Amino acid sequence: MKQKYDVVVVGAGPGGSITAKTCAEAGLDVLLIEKRQEIGDPVRCAEGVAKDALIRHIQPDKRWIAAEVNGSKIIAPDGTEIKMSEEASGGKAGYTLERKIFDRVLAQQAAMAGAEVMVKTRATGLLRNNGCITGINAMYMGETHEIKADIVIGADGVESKVGRWGGIDTSLKPIDIDTCAQFLVSNIEAGEYSKFFLGEKYTPGGYVWIFPKGPHTANVGLGILGSKCGNIRPITLLENFMKNHLPEGKIIEMVVGGVPVGGPIKQTVADGLILVGDAARQSDPLTGGGIINAMDAGKIAAEVCIKAKEKGDYSVRTLNEYENRWRATIGKELNKSLKVKNLLLKLSDEQLNQLAHSLSEIDTSKMELPKMIMILFKRNPKLLWELRTLFI
Amino acid sequence: MSVNVNRYKCGYCGACVGVCPVGALELVETWIEVDNTCTSCGVCAKICPVGALMVIK
Ligand SMILES: Cc1cc2nc3c(=O)[nH]c(=O)nc-3n(C[C@H](O)[C@H](O)[C@H](O)COP(=O)(O)OP(=O)(O)OC[C@H]3O[C@@H](n4cnc5c(N)ncnc54)[C@H](O)[C@@H]3O)c2cc1C
Ligand code: SF4
Ligand code: SF4
Repeated sequence: MKQKYDVVVVGAGPGGSITAKTCAEAGLDVLLIEKRQEIGDPVRCAEGVAKDALIRHIQPDKRWIAAEVNGSKIIAPDGTEIKMSEEASGGKAGYTLERKIFDRVLAQQAAMAGAEVMVKTRATGLLRNNGCITGINAMYMGETHEIKADIVIGADGVESKVGRWGGIDTSLKPIDIDTCAQFLVSNIEAGEYSKFFLGEKYTPGGYVWIFPKGPHTANVGLGILGSKCGNIRPITLLENFMKNHLPEGKIIEMVVGGVPVGGPIKQTVADGLILVGDAARQSDPLTGGGIINAMDAGKIAAEVCIKAKEKGDYSVRTLNEYENRWRATIGKELNKSLKVKNLLLKLSDEQLNQLAHSLSEIDTSKMELPKMIMILFKRNPKLLWELRTLFI
Repeated sequence: MSVNVNRYKCGYCGACVGVCPVGALELVETWIEVDNTCTSCGVCAKICPVGALMVIK
């Protein structure tokens, strides 16, 4: 470990590793720290990603692809199935990752690009000089260290503290988080589609997912919107779902976690500081997907770090470019998803069924979500009136 | 004022840390630490996926 780096990245998830790798490739002096002793483990994810988005960042590799899926199936409360997101050519549209390996490979790529990596190293606070953030306090194997850096990247996930230390309130209200439980289930027919079960019948304000990880195994999980959970625990609902729908299933792993679903927060940069991924609350409010957004944001953050280094200016004046760029891309999508989520939350199971039925004679199998929402809107303008602004 | 963490239940996911309004919680690898700024507001206990947290008033 050196005394000083150009960039210190806190958290070796997909967001942090892409930031570190991109900075290192441009010749910046980078340190990537991870508080866990094993990168990627334990997993807090259902591991579903779209193929076309993933290949923007990394060449697919069998080592970390557990299964390929044809597309998605949305299942309405009465059992009506809607197929979507299939590839036009009939190929595989999505992956279920093996994140224990995927996250490690990303960190390894950062290392190979020249970044230093330290595991079992936890950021415990920020260093400051004249109000500007100038590095971190860290603990490695019980010993404390001061590590200086021109820019600190907070890529520290749902439990992020880096933003708060930097004066950005990233605390999530119950309405801004999905609280989730998942089992890796074996001894079932996993199928070739990622399945999403909607309705209060299954879970309040979230959905149940089944993402295949092989012919006979799948990630089976559910989320409850924090503001709707009352005294119900995700783990209890999931146990019930297993009993009723997959009684033959055998549980070989348990995952719990929270996903930010509140949409864009007000601020993600400060002097000498950038927040990336779940730490910047960039996961999708509707789907809870955050892997690709974290990677996209990490790429933008790194590009801005490279510019800042060229200029020798690490203040908000330069770092604001990150803020503007992610809001114009990822942020825009998050806002759309938030609108759709807020509307879905108001619909009864009966109304969800009605929406599903309105698509009955349409082939939605090759459609992506925005197109399908537009058709739903055209066919159910009264029910979905709030969404009209999405199409202007 | 504080919260009690049932370490035999906790899945060290960090969701509680993300919702604590005052930043009283910290996830250190596989356990949760609570500092003395906790106001016993109960938000963390409400969102814990497994019910590992109990508020002590
Ligand atoms: C149950 C569940 C299911 C999900 N399913 C999907 C899905 O199917 N598809 C999808 O795209 N997304 C999914 N997500 C969301 C996805 O997991 C996250 O959006 C994604 O991991 C965010 O990446 P990240 O790099 O921002 O943060 P993370 O992957 O959370 O990485 C943050 C890292 O920072 C480390 N860290 C934290 N604090 C410190 C510190 N002080 N010092 C050092 N290191 C620190 C953590 O240990 C962690 O390794 C799911 C989430 C959950 C909880
Ligand atoms: S939310 Fe519950 S399971 Fe997750 S870290 Fe906190 S106490 Fe543990
Ligand atoms: S009870 Fe409230 S203040 Fe105390 S740790 Fe939980 S969320 Fe934080």
